[in-house]
Amino acid sequence: MSQPQGALQAAAKAPPPAAQKDSSMERQKQMIAGHFRALSLAKETGQRVAYTFVPGNLTELMHAFDVLPVYPEINALQSAMRQLSAGYIREAERLGHNEDVCTYVKCDIGMLTKGNVGPTGEALPPPNLLLLSYTGCFTFMKWFELLKHEYGCEVAMLHVPYVAEGQPTADARRYIVDQLKAEVIPKLEKVTGKKYDEGRLRALLARSRQAEDDLVWVLDSAKARPSPIDAYFGAVYYVGPIFSAFRGTQDAVAYYRELRAEVEDRVLKGLGPVTPDGTLTREKYRLVVEGPPNWTHFRDFWRIFHDEGAVIVASTYAKVGGLYDQGFRHGQADDPLESLADYCLGCYTNLSLPSRVGLLEKYVREFQADGFVFNSIKSCNSFSAGQLVMLRQLEQRTGLPGAFIESDLVDPRYYGHANIKNRIESYLQMIEQRR
Amino acid sequence: MASAPTATELLERCERLFADTALDAVRAWKAAHPGRLAIGHLPVYAPRELIHAAGALPVALQGGGDQVDIVKGDACFQSYICHLPRSTVELGLTGDLDVLDGFVFPSTCDVIRNLSGIWKLLFPQKYARFLDLPQAFDASTGGRFYRHDLEELGRELHGLGGLPPDDGRLRASIALYDDNRRAIEKLYALRRETPWLCSSDEAFLLVKAGGVLDVQEHTALLRAFIDAAGSRPRKREDRIRLLLIGAFCEQPPLGVLRTLEKSGAYVVDDDLNLGARWLEGDVGPSQRPLEALVRAYLEQSTWASTRFEHDEPRGAQLVKRVRRAGADGVVFAAPSFCDPALLDQPPLQKALTEAGVPFFSFKYAENTGQFQGIREQAGTFSDSLKLWGAA
Amino acid sequence: MTPQHFLGIDLGSTTSKAVLIDAAGKVVGQGLTNTRSNYDVAAQVAKAEALSDARLSRLEQALVEGGFAGAVELATALRRTARILASIDRLEALEARCAALARAAPDGGARAEDAVHRLFTRIAGEAEAVFGPLATDRSRFFRDVVGARFLAEAEAAAARREVPYEVLVGAWDRAIIEIENADSGDRLDGLLDRALAGLEAGSGARRAIDQARRDLEQRPIEIGCVVGTGYGRARLPFPKEQIRSEILCHGLGAHAYFPKTRTVLDIGGQDTKAIQIDEHGVVTNFQMNDRCAAGCGRYLGYIAEEMNLGIHELGPLALQATRPVKISSTCTVFAGVELRERLSLGEKRENILLGLHRAIVLRAMSLLARSGGVTEQLTFTGGVAKNAAVVQELKTLVTKHYGERTLNTHPGSIFTGALGAALFAERRSRGEAAPVLQKPRAAKAGATSEERVP
Repeated sequence: MSQPQGALQAAAKAPPPAAQKDSSMERQKQMIAGHFRALSLAKETGQRVAYTFVPGNLTELMHAFDVLPVYPEINALQSAMRQLSAGYIREAERLGHNEDVCTYVKCDIGMLTKGNVGPTGEALPPPNLLLLSYTGCFTFMKWFELLKHEYGCEVAMLHVPYVAEGQPTADARRYIVDQLKAEVIPKLEKVTGKKYDEGRLRALLARSRQAEDDLVWVLDSAKARPSPIDAYFGAVYYVGPIFSAFRGTQDAVAYYRELRAEVEDRVLKGLGPVTPDGTLTREKYRLVVEGPPNWTHFRDFWRIFHDEGAVIVASTYAKVGGLYDQGFRHGQADDPLESLADYCLGCYTNLSLPSRVGLLEKYVREFQADGFVFNSIKSCNSFSAGQLVMLRQLEQRTGLPGAFIESDLVDPRYYGHANIKNRIESYLQMIEQRR
Repeated sequence: MASAPTATELLERCERLFADTALDAVRAWKAAHPGRLAIGHLPVYAPRELIHAAGALPVALQGGGDQVDIVKGDACFQSYICHLPRSTVELGLTGDLDVLDGFVFPSTCDVIRNLSGIWKLLFPQKYARFLDLPQAFDASTGGRFYRHDLEELGRELHGLGGLPPDDGRLRASIALYDDNRRAIEKLYALRRETPWLCSSDEAFLLVKAGGVLDVQEHTALLRAFIDAAGSRPRKREDRIRLLLIGAFCEQPPLGVLRTLEKSGAYVVDDDLNLGARWLEGDVGPSQRPLEALVRAYLEQSTWASTRFEHDEPRGAQLVKRVRRAGADGVVFAAPSFCDPALLDQPPLQKALTEAGVPFFSFKYAENTGQFQGIREQAGTFSDSLKLWGAA
Repeated sequence: MTPQHFLGIDLGSTTSKAVLIDAAGKVVGQGLTNTRSNYDVAAQVAKAEALSDARLSRLEQALVEGGFAGAVELATALRRTARILASIDRLEALEARCAALARAAPDGGARAEDAVHRLFTRIAGEAEAVFGPLATDRSRFFRDVVGARFLAEAEAAAARREVPYEVLVGAWDRAIIEIENADSGDRLDGLLDRALAGLEAGSGARRAIDQARRDLEQRPIEIGCVVGTGYGRARLPFPKEQIRSEILCHGLGAHAYFPKTRTVLDIGGQDTKAIQIDEHGVVTNFQMNDRCAAGCGRYLGYIAEEMNLGIHELGPLALQATRPVKISSTCTVFAGVELRERLSLGEKRENILLGLHRAIVLRAMSLLARSGGVTEQLTFTGGVAKNAAVVQELKTLVTKHYGERTLNTHPGSIFTGALGAALFAERRSRGEAAPVLQKPRAAKAGATSEERVP
């Protein structure tokens, strides 16, 4: 799972697009640079650092303790976009990690072995706390067990129960709140020496909510024809700040306000989404995508779609850090800890397969999609196990055929461009022929 | 009653049960117990006591072994997913599991978790329950959550037509399973002490039979075997002693175990059929049996890759276990694509290296048909240990 | 006016195919070649072959329509002789190039050059035996047939210490690529003259042939439209509208062969496809094998190599099995290991083989299930469809899982994709397959003057 600081870095290398479009991107770039600067100075400033995961992240709670978050998933995808992941994965396999297991983990272990150098070229500080929010992915737990052996620091384990029956139960919510009180907050207090301040958390959650409203507006804009955004490849950039270190900050509020204004402007002008090769001028196919993207060939992968005039109007990947579009907002629940619990429970990969099929069906209908593509990721059993059954169900419910392709997150050995291109082109031609 | 059955007769029965992927034994049990439920559960650990207390037969589902043709199951899973869910879905879609009234999917890994959803999608009429075993091992957090989860499961089983698993019944069930655990432990002790009297594949079959038999019948079967084993005409051989780990969920084909033992090793301890040995020691009699079952999970769960490492590192626990078993070395036998087993290997191997315990590793699938590689590795490993001795 | 024809070219990963149809959709010519590493040349060769084939067919037709005694036999002999002569020409060109390369090699020189000539003389001496089957069996290629003979001769020459083996093989490797890549011209007329000179034909038949050839000159086969497909289709110098996915072409081609088919299973060298089509041959769903080539044609190739058998011999041998051995893996990497282990356990060769064939079909069955199953007629295409053991197992398993279903195989099954492409070309000429017009967009100002990221 993850988001797009890496994507942003890669995009930032390209010559700047028209100034008006660039301002939100430029702002995001500066936010990220500032965050990494603070991380690189953590040793001097004495600011505490916690490593954590994107789904179910407790960013507002960390901010309430002035803790700087690091997201190893994002490090891994950034490494992939900078073409470093293959070397890191090889290094981890040399250390005995199996070829079969998650490549995010191996990329992270490899990066750690090679000095833990972040995207700015400076080494990332080691964690004072591993905040294991175990949400929607079993491998998260194994990953931080491995990191615990490496760093020997405190680990705060937050077990987020799986929402197997469609709706989270009151027991599950209570279980999370109990753990926040008994495990997570005491560990944060211990590591920072600060007391938990509920008022501060409330203020942070209120700001999150503002930013979330604007993000949802942006994601919903894809219902227009043509869609002004690409809700998969493009959305990877849009969800960046809210899925990571910036939720609850004034920066995030400003970023989403600006982004929304930009997209509003595109809608007024009837413009299609921005792609690395320019604005998509002819929306020929509207698609829904399930599954994370491949990061090692992100642009090539994207190009397969926009070359054919295919726009992604909704994706589940843009929901791994929260299903805001389905109504959840931070601070909605009166008790701030309950609000955090609701957030963790509702992340996309924590949903049951029937719920996931239902959500996809809803997207296909509401966004008037011509079809849907499943990108099955070798590394990610949480996403992938059962996707073929989901595909058949979705085909039956919508009466549309789906496409199924396979790749990996950050291991370039599992990305076959010609093969994927062949399937997507065949699929789009099939849609066209059936029209 | 006629003379006691021989070890061979008992093992033949276990082999028949092992080959019985269509669950004829369960059908027979249901015919003999009209109106009672049979509830399937996936690996690794499930609270069988509670299912039993609802008057139901808990049935351990561990895949299809190496004799089931996989067509529909493969249609549901990509090549990089382990084999157990394929054969389970295959058996489900071909009707072999129809005899079961419901399914419990304990949290084991993302694949088994998602299998619970696949079940809901493919078999909407069947009861399919994901059981979120807590990863927080504090009584006030995980304990409380788990107790509520078990209460809910008990109510649902009752709703399905089972008996209410009240304290009296649960207490009785716990006593029966405590007895069963003691019998299994005795069988493992027999293997640690006299591994030539009961080979690894035999012990595997004996414990696995408990997956489909009524608990009392299984306990009796184990005891009968242990009584009969002493008179088996078998001699001690010059073999190394191995501890096998990683095989706690998808089970290896018998050929893997036989190959290891034919290559100069006794497998004196393992984590096969781990669910049956999950709780270490008795749950014990209690006025509040559900609390006792919860407490046992929090405090007596065995070391397992599917459980958060919240206390002593697994590596240290593995070394202790090697010592207790008197093993000369460790074999890491993991199913292909098994995240819990494979992600654990580097730290475990590091701990063994530091403790001077030699090891080797391979991967399998439940339907692996090739043992040459394993034979060569195991043979070389055992020869080198015999020549130069264990560290 | 010259009747229009339509060409479909299917650039596969192992073989390239061309099919020429007339305006009525009838197949008039087919061409097949191995793809090697050069898609451009493969496309040209396949096309030239299809054209030659179509012209030969016109001659045959003239002979048969003339009602001459022995017309059919004569037509067959003409085709066969022309092909053998073409192979001999190619062999001569190959010999010249090989000789020059061997001479120029560091360890080569005049001795090597002589050795090459002696070697080719022996191969040419058996031309009839070597190239005869080539003329009838379309799945055997010049490269494979001559290559096998050449390497055997080279080993013998090296054993006699005439010339180092590496010199001969090095010369071969380069020469064959050059010859294949140069080999796309149409020399049918010359070949026909030479073939006719050597054949006994009555004067009436000769007159009919001459008349047909004049007719061909006056009304040559003109190609109205070409559509390309297959894995290498992106390499074709066609506009995008003249490129179709092989999935769509396969569906349409299978529909042309068997209009009642609703499911197509194609097992090729490197991939397997399960395709669902409607009553018009339009694809409604498809699934392909994942990254791994397990269970595809290549797997059988490895098995044949491991058993030292020709790939065509596998199926018949497997059918002699009494009891298939259960094989769990169709992994190409482990094919040899699996086989050797089974043999070492004393399993019979044919029983193992049937088990391997069964394993392939099991994988294909999974893809069929993924794509939506087999509801009506099933058509089996691709190189592996020629394997009788695979066909038998497929029939059994389809019946077991879906009930009695008609299973179609076509002798021209390897051309299914190219036929579909030709049919798309024909439709395109009628404007049918033109891209569907887009609905007018809601967009107004600015929609046409899009800015691009510089």
